[in-house]
Amino acid sequence: MRVNVTVNGEQRQADDVWEGESLLYMLRERLGLPGSKNACEQGECGSCTVYLDDVPVCSCLVAAGQAQDREVRTVEGLAEGESLDPVQEAFVEAGAVQCGFCTPGLVVAAHDLLNRVDNPSDPEIREALAGNLCRCTGYEKILDAVRLAASRK
Amino acid sequence: MDFLRPSTLAEALAVKAERPDAVPIAGGTDVMVELNFDHRRPAALLDLTRIEELRTWTPGLRIGAGVPYVRIIDELGAQLPGLAMASRTVGSPQIRNRGTVGGNLGAASPAGDTHPVLIASDAVIEVASVRGTRMIPVDDFYTGVKRNALEPDELIVAIHLPPAPGPQQFAKIGTRNAMVIAVCSFAISLHPNEKRVGAAVGSAAPTPRRARDAEDFLSAALTWEAPKPLLDSVKREFGELVSQAASPIDDVRGSAAYRRHALAVMARRTLGWAWQEYLEGEQACA
Ligand SMILES: Cc1cc2nc3c(=O)[nH]c(=O)nc-3n(C[C@H](O)[C@H](O)[C@H](O)COP(=O)(O)OP(=O)(O)OC[C@H]3O[C@@H](n4cnc5c(N)ncnc54)[C@H](O)[C@@H]3O)c2cc1C
Ligand code: FES
Ligand code: FES
Repeated sequence: MRVNVTVNGEQRQADDVWEGESLLYMLRERLGLPGSKNACEQGECGSCTVYLDDVPVCSCLVAAGQAQDREVRTVEGLAEGESLDPVQEAFVEAGAVQCGFCTPGLVVAAHDLLNRVDNPSDPEIREALAGNLCRCTGYEKILDAVRLAASRK
Repeated sequence: MDFLRPSTLAEALAVKAERPDAVPIAGGTDVMVELNFDHRRPAALLDLTRIEELRTWTPGLRIGAGVPYVRIIDELGAQLPGLAMASRTVGSPQIRNRGTVGGNLGAASPAGDTHPVLIASDAVIEVASVRGTRMIPVDDFYTGVKRNALEPDELIVAIHLPPAPGPQQFAKIGTRNAMVIAVCSFAISLHPNEKRVGAAVGSAAPTPRRARDAEDFLSAALTWEAPKPLLDSVKREFGELVSQAASPIDDVRGSAAYRRHALAVMARRTLGWAWQEYLEGEQACA
């Protein structure tokens, strides 16, 4: 089937989409957007997190056809041209990235938190990131990054 | 495979009548896992996310089957504290942004977190087909492990339940505070207007289950008119009866013995919290 969807502000069209395919697969394999990562395909790790109509979701759990006529924003759509989003910058500065596999999902989840909450407390940060797993950092640097980004808003 | 995208409920019911083999997909948090792992290859998917009627709630309350958990927490937390508490424990923010109570009912997993709350608060499930509407008391909805009372041409349309008439509590055991399938769970709902208690267990029997003897015992034992602090003996007996209502198994998440023990503990504690809230409310009125 064909799916028409707005991705990062651009009207896109994907063809030959299998009806049972996930939005994650469509983004990565058909629309050339490999930023969102596939690590579990079962909603457990959050590395595939994208905005769907401004709400963060696991794109591995959205059927591609459900995105028809909707708006998707992926990690590729957070930076403005060459300048990183403050959340991305803070992740780099705080050393919150090691292998980087979890990073796109965590950046989107943190971006959403800071859109909703001005000065999140530590429990609020932990709660907001509870659906994102990182096997490398031990999370401390990630919390640092979110605090840093919040302090600059 | 076909991808069917009705935009109204009437259209969806007509499609389901014609294609009873079509698998409904709401938040997709159960369905997509099955598809991604090739555990299921349905002939068609029936996308329910474009049907506005399923995504709204009205006072009374009638909650559309497709209202996601995040909205139950944000919009209905004051009216339905029990359901909101259970919703807060589901998965992660991403899962709560997508997952729905209708999907929880559709999957009918004995571990689904909303089930004990729906039983304790006497929910009624509205299901529909082109043949008409049925109102199914939630006690009759669960028919077996991951089985429910839906006919192949029916869809879950809404969940009916009254705004909480009194304190409600939900508790769940798991290995962390997020992203866990319940080892076991428990919900209690006080109905002071009827001098009655609702209580139900999850993940501790082939289906979610009402703890009837525990309800009867506690309804009679509570001092509704001139509420006094609870006797430990009442809490203990209630915990025992809740535990006896379960028929748990040993599995990867926990042993049957642990589940029985944990249910008694959760029942005692949640009763303590709910009764304390009731006492404080009565004192504030007096
Ligand atoms: C990472 C992860 C964590 C999870 N954690 C929890 C948890 O903590 N607690 C918990 O209870 N669950 C949990 N779940 C399971 C799932 O999120 C819930 O069961 C959720 O309520 C499903 O809702 P949905 O809208 O996503 O359902 P879907 O996946 O869209 O559907 C689920 C089932 O219901 C059917 N269905 C959906 N809507 C209707 C309808 N209106 N009429 C008829 N049939 C319908 C579908 O055909 C399917 O069989 C988790 C899932 C994941 C992936
Ligand atoms: S790949 Fe989607 S949550 Fe892990
Ligand atoms: S940096 Fe490697 S998984 Fe998080």
